[in-house]
Amino acid sequence: MYPAPFCYHRPGSLKEAVGLLSELGEAAKPLAGGQSLIPILKLRMDEPSDLVDISRLPGLHFMQNDDGNVRIGALSTHALIGRSDLVGAVPILGDCANGIADPQVRARGTIGGSVSSADPSCDWPTLLHTLDAVIVCHGKAGVRTVPIREFIRDSYTTVLDDAELVTEIRFKVPPANSGGAYIGFKKSAPAYPTAAVGIQLTLADGDVCQQVRLALGAAGPRPVTSDEAENLLRGKVLTSELLKQAAEAIVEASDPPADARGSSDFKRAVLRSLFMQAADRAIERAAGTQIMGNHEYV
Amino acid sequence: MSEQIQRIPVEITVNGTCYKREVEPRMLLVEFIREEINLTGTHIGCDTSYCGACTVILDGNAVKSCTLFAVQADGGEILTVEGLEKEGELHPLQQAFSTEHGLQCGYCTPGMLMSSLVLLAEKPEPEDKDIRKCLSGNLCRCTGYQNIINAVQTAAKDLREA
Ligand SMILES: Cc1cc2nc3c(=O)[nH]c(=O)nc-3n(C[C@H](O)[C@H](O)[C@H](O)COP(=O)(O)OP(=O)(O)OC[C@H]3O[C@@H](n4cnc5c(N)ncnc54)[C@H](O)[C@@H]3O)c2cc1C
Ligand code: FES
Ligand code: FES
Repeated sequence: MYPAPFCYHRPGSLKEAVGLLSELGEAAKPLAGGQSLIPILKLRMDEPSDLVDISRLPGLHFMQNDDGNVRIGALSTHALIGRSDLVGAVPILGDCANGIADPQVRARGTIGGSVSSADPSCDWPTLLHTLDAVIVCHGKAGVRTVPIREFIRDSYTTVLDDAELVTEIRFKVPPANSGGAYIGFKKSAPAYPTAAVGIQLTLADGDVCQQVRLALGAAGPRPVTSDEAENLLRGKVLTSELLKQAAEAIVEASDPPADARGSSDFKRAVLRSLFMQAADRAIERAAGTQIMGNHEYV
Repeated sequence: MSEQIQRIPVEITVNGTCYKREVEPRMLLVEFIREEINLTGTHIGCDTSYCGACTVILDGNAVKSCTLFAVQADGGEILTVEGLEKEGELHPLQQAFSTEHGLQCGYCTPGMLMSSLVLLAEKPEPEDKDIRKCLSGNLCRCTGYQNIINAVQTAAKDLREA
């Protein structure tokens, strides 16, 4: 299957890339790992006039943790993030990165491409909600930072303008008494999740929940959050009854589409179950237990 | 988009030989491998990024060559199934797939071999679950996978003892 013809550009710097994109206009698209874009082009669901290959741009392949301030370059692949030292400090990152698709896709696909695609089935946008991440964007007008909650507007829609690139993702390492877990339910490795849940919670003084972030993926046009569910948990000792109530509240706020992966009701049932599993794992990790985590397969 | 079709010069090393060609930007790497340089051991199964039959090794990583433009591999080094055999001798992985009956129709096999090779380079003593995880992006309609796992274990052993 061949995509429709397009012109290919390989700029040598970020400045040049942004300049090219603004010159070429809205019919041009950046190309990073291509693991979302190429399948779309092959199906001719999109026919951009030009592709601007950003995958070799210098300065966007990095990961660092300076005193708890994490910065991940947009071109970091899922595979590199999943194997990095960051996973020791923030285990929920490993849950997400190592559970995306299969080794071949993880070797090419990038975190920047995943958030920019704003695909409701992509894992990174949901995961980054649990860490209150900030997206660094470079455009004609310069640099701006946008919280992930504002960055994703709708399905496949972000705040990026045509000539703007994601260059970096930033967030803080959660405190030592915090634990997180991200679980996606997938039919097989090279399939997008049917549903996914991310939870990051901080426990203090006899297991009282100090802080919590909850997000559901593949459960609506954009990652689903719920102040109501978070407020139910904050300041309380986390009993399974309370967790069930929170699960109910956030699942209530979701709107999972019926599709080949299941009916809406089936997906809600999966979300409730994943929520409880992710909460258990997050609580154990908050208590200091080291657990490997990953996506669940049928 | 101008009416004239753009052609981009690329230099791609495949199995140790450098190939210089001018390609259309939309040419997929798998088409480059199969049609430009006539190495047809790399298969197209699904052509939708799912099955892994088109897996080759690009700069040390297993990748799906149906989900990569040839221009993206410019300057890269590729290993395909044809590069495994040395002086008429099958690679230990190929030999093990044969002796352990790790293939039936053989359509998925080139991809299975390339994914497994990357695993064995990183993990010479894999557990079965490592092999399953490594091959999670390679689908087989024939074998039921068990003999493939056995073949990779046998090859791992042979490579360690070699
Ligand atoms: C078989 C298969 C299974 C998959 N399963 C999963 C899964 O389970 N979970 C999951 O999360 N993902 C999955 N993916 C998608 C994968 O994670 C992609 O890598 C990711 O969604 C996009 O990253 P990319 O670098 O490949 O981006 P590309 O495909 O290159 O680009 C995606 C979009 O973002 C734009 N873009 C890319 N980078 C930038 C940037 N820095 N700034 C601005 N715009 C940019 C592009 O123009 C394009 O519109 C799967 C993909 C395949 C092929
Ligand atoms: S042909 Fe490339 S993944 Fe199936
Ligand atoms: S041997 Fe036939 S598809 Fe695997």
